[in-house]
Amino acid sequence: MTLRSFSHSYPVLGGAYYLAGRAASDVKRRLGEQKAPAEFARRVAIATYEAEMNICIHAISGEVVIVMEGERVDVVANDRGPGIADIGLALTLGYSTASEKARTMGFGAGLGFANMQRCADRFQVSTQVGIGTRVEMTFLPRPGEIPGGAEPCS
Amino acid sequence: MKISDIVALLEADVLAGRDGLEREVPSAGGCDIISDLLFFGKPGMLLLTGLTQPSVVRTAHLMDIAAIVFVRGKSPDERAIELAESLGMPLLVSPHSLYDCCGRLYVLGLPGVIGSTRRLQAECA
Repeated sequence: MTLRSFSHSYPVLGGAYYLAGRAASDVKRRLGEQKAPAEFARRVAIATYEAEMNICIHAISGEVVIVMEGERVDVVANDRGPGIADIGLALTLGYSTASEKARTMGFGAGLGFANMQRCADRFQVSTQVGIGTRVEMTFLPRPGEIPGGAEPCS
Repeated sequence: MKISDIVALLEADVLAGRDGLEREVPSAGGCDIISDLLFFGKPGMLLLTGLTQPSVVRTAHLMDIAAIVFVRGKSPDERAIELAESLGMPLLVSPHSLYDCCGRLYVLGLPGVIGSTRRLQAECA
C-alpha cells in the first residue's frame, strides 16, 4: 500500500453533532479509493470519528488534521476548550464528563480514548486546563491487513 | 441470515437500500449508545437501535455495518434516510421493541456480535 500524499484540516464546531464525522467519512472514502486494507481504513475512520466527537462534545471548536504519506496516516485533533484536569482518569474505561445532551445523542460512554488507543499504532494526548487538548495518532498497516479490501464508498 | 428474511421476521418496512436486501449478515447487536457501537461494532453486522438521528447512519457506515433496524416503530429523519440511500445501506423499521426484535433473530440462529465483555474489559484495564 502506497498512499498518495494528502494533507487537510477539517474544522469541528463544539455542539454541532450533525456536522461531526466529516473528517472520518472523508478519510475512509480516500483510503477506500486507494484500495487500502478494509480493516486499516476502518481503524483510521473509527479513531478519527472518536476524536471529532470529543471536540464536538467537550470543546468550543477545533480541527482535525489528516496527513497521508506512503503507508502511514497521521491524525491530529486539536481543540480550544476546557482541557482535561486528570488525564489518568479520562483514560479510564467508562469515565466520562459528557453533558446530558451528548448522552441523549448516544455519546459519552467513556470509551473514546480506549477506542482510539486500540485503533491507533501510536497515540498521544496532551492537554492544558482552560486552553485545550491535542490528540495525536499514527496508523500503520498491521500484519493480516490485506490491501485491496476496502470498498470505495461515498 | 439474509436481510430480506430479517424484514419478514421483524415485520419491518424498508426505508432505504432496497438493493442490499439479499446481503447476508453474520451477527447482530442491539444498542442505543453510539460510543458502545464504536467500541463493540463489527464489520458486516446488523444494528438494532432506537436512536434515529443521522449520526447513527454515519457511524454505521464508518463501522462497515450492513444494515440498521429502527425498533418500536421509530422512523429516522429524512436526512438519515437520504444518507443511507446514498450509501446503499438498508434501513428497516420494525413495530416491535428492541428486546423482541433481538429475541426473534436470536432464536432463529443469528448470534450476537460480542460475547462476554469480560475479556475486553481485562484488555483495556
